[in-house]
Amino acid sequence: MKKTVFVGAMTAAATLIAGAASATVLEDVKARGELNCGVSTGVNGFSAPDSAGEWQGFDVAVCRAVAAAVLGDPKKVKFVTTTGQTRFTALASGEIDMLARNTTWTMSRDADLKFTFTGVNYYDGQGFMVNKALGVSSAKELDGATVCIQTGTTTELNLADYFKANNMTYEPVPIETNAEAQQQYLAGACDVYTTDASGLAATRATFADPENHAVLPEIISKEPLGPLVAHGDDQWADIVRWTMNALVAAEELGITSANIEELSKGTANPEIDRMLGSSDDDLGAMIGLDKQWAKRAISAGGNYGEIFAANIGESTPIGLARGLNALWTQGGLQYSPPFR
Amino acid sequence: MATTSETPGSSFRLSMLLYDTRYRSLTIQVIFMFLMTIGFWWLVDNTLVNLAQKGKDIGFDFLGARAGYDINQRLVDYTNDSTHARAWIVGLLNTLILAVCACVSATVLGVIAGVLRLSKNWIVSKLMSIYVEIFRNVPLLLWIIVIFAVLTEITPAPNAFRGENATSSMLLFDTVAVTNRGTYLPGPLFERSLGDFDLGIVSVSTNYLVLLLVIIGSVMGYRALQRNATAVQEATGDRPVTWWKSALIIVAPMLIALIAMGFHLEYPELKGFNFTGGSYLRNSFIAMWLALTLYTGAFIAENVRAGILAISKGQSEAAFALGLRPNRTMNLVILPQALRVIIPPLISQYLNITKNTSLAIAVGYMDLRATLGGITLNQTGRELECMLLMMMTYLIISLIISGVMNIYNNSVKLKER
Repeated sequence: MKKTVFVGAMTAAATLIAGAASATVLEDVKARGELNCGVSTGVNGFSAPDSAGEWQGFDVAVCRAVAAAVLGDPKKVKFVTTTGQTRFTALASGEIDMLARNTTWTMSRDADLKFTFTGVNYYDGQGFMVNKALGVSSAKELDGATVCIQTGTTTELNLADYFKANNMTYEPVPIETNAEAQQQYLAGACDVYTTDASGLAATRATFADPENHAVLPEIISKEPLGPLVAHGDDQWADIVRWTMNALVAAEELGITSANIEELSKGTANPEIDRMLGSSDDDLGAMIGLDKQWAKRAISAGGNYGEIFAANIGESTPIGLARGLNALWTQGGLQYSPPFR
Repeated sequence: MATTSETPGSSFRLSMLLYDTRYRSLTIQVIFMFLMTIGFWWLVDNTLVNLAQKGKDIGFDFLGARAGYDINQRLVDYTNDSTHARAWIVGLLNTLILAVCACVSATVLGVIAGVLRLSKNWIVSKLMSIYVEIFRNVPLLLWIIVIFAVLTEITPAPNAFRGENATSSMLLFDTVAVTNRGTYLPGPLFERSLGDFDLGIVSVSTNYLVLLLVIIGSVMGYRALQRNATAVQEATGDRPVTWWKSALIIVAPMLIALIAMGFHLEYPELKGFNFTGGSYLRNSFIAMWLALTLYTGAFIAENVRAGILAISKGQSEAAFALGLRPNRTMNLVILPQALRVIIPPLISQYLNITKNTSLAIAVGYMDLRATLGGITLNQTGRELECMLLMMMTYLIISLIISGVMNIYNNSVKLKER
């Protein structure tokens, strides 16, 4: 009798181990009914909760678009806050399904950390912000300065490279989150705050006296920021990649949240019909979704241009120009491969 | 007849493993070991399989790669061209220096607070009770952050020291600058430096090595002098006057060594964005040190109090009856006996301090957790390896501390003859 119980327990344990071999991310998300999306701990305009506690921002919009495409509801997202240090562990361990947290696409992260970057939603570069009272007009004058940096980021390495290349010294003050950096910088505990230029603009917009702080003209690195997923599930990577592409293509094709219902009834442009699922082509089936996936993704927050304008564009306090992030047809770098 | 013909060996049945008290405990232990082994094997195997599924291997090659990041507080040479292994050592040394400083100051504070809490002076003992209760009942992390925030917010930025009508000025005849980045103190410089002494991984300044040897020599000389005086006293009844000799033995060799090496102080000076020159205690270090001292000091105070209360009242009454003053009673009678009770819990407080230094990331102090377990882990993506290395490092430090303290404990504990 006892023996039987023991053998039974062993069999159960063995089944458990075998059961650990996971289903696809898409199946997991559908079964859960919720998308776990990793975001920052709060960078205004990119990902931060608003006064009602709803997450808002440019990176958040990507999560919402994916949730709309996969689950049919942009609200079905669980936002998991990650710091520069915890984000990769969270993604690699499967705690989050995707990470949209102004993360720089680098070769080592792609190949060595085993992540798949699904595109670039913001082309950025690392900049420096200083108090105007210091009278500094160029990053080349920062020899000996105390610099606040967020640890665990590429900015840390770029900073070391830049000061070394220019034969300057500095005192790094490692900081865990953007909020801490802001506090240290405003208290004057560091002369300079360095991070991606977009992040600097977002941070400066929350100051009481933004006019007293200047972002120096030097951009010392290329920081292509984009969402990423873990290696090992290409279908899931395709879903996130083509959801982003759909947003960019929508801007290019003139599909907006205002006219999408109108256009989805059928147009003269076959590509619009293919994307919105109003023709016989079923693009959604290729990535395990239905025909209307792109339509839902675009309806969630509008096309790329609309998302940009609403969260970080020139009419917002953050006031970023499109610059490199304009469509390729307007001299920028945002470009979507064709939908066919 | 039938009962005696069976030998005990042949009568063994399987069920006896469970029902016979001679075998039962053995059976339970074997089963437990078996389950433990299976559980452990399952954990390791699961980890390896999952890592393999993600296409990750386990390897420590990354330690030899270029680190690429800078560390502000370095006790040994380190640049961003150094390896991750070197960054590990820099972090380890930062952890150790913080732990050592905090252990020393927490012990001093704890002993004083513990003794004073037993004081007959009502105000003093209540003040100490308040200190102990406040500090040991609020989480350490909060103390660290509060102290750091206070240091950052109330002290002036280096900028405030600049210009004709500066709003802040340096203290102690312009030698010490307290800023919101840290405290700049005069630093030692040696004009005729003896160079460094290379130990392979770290290089030690020969100057300090010489000074250390001089101090050890002086102390040994002083002891010899005292022994000699005691011998004379025992032989003749008169204790020879030794104060000027001991002063000479302690001060003179040190002075000669310092002068020979051309010792002078370098004063901090406002240059560019920051003060340069002298020694620099970063606020992150000060905050960690203060918080660990105050927090652990409260626990040590309680240990000390418990140790003193454990000594029976008869001991102090006997000491008083012999005519010893309260001060000497405490030093000669109570504390030596109380140490037996105090040392074992003190060991765990030292271990706590050492492990609690890993909270340093909260204020950006670059300890082991921030270098190996923070930036290196993040830049290389070797979570498992870095965590294992870190656990191993903390384990070794802790084992060394408890080993050394146990030796000390054995030397002070009651010798039973």
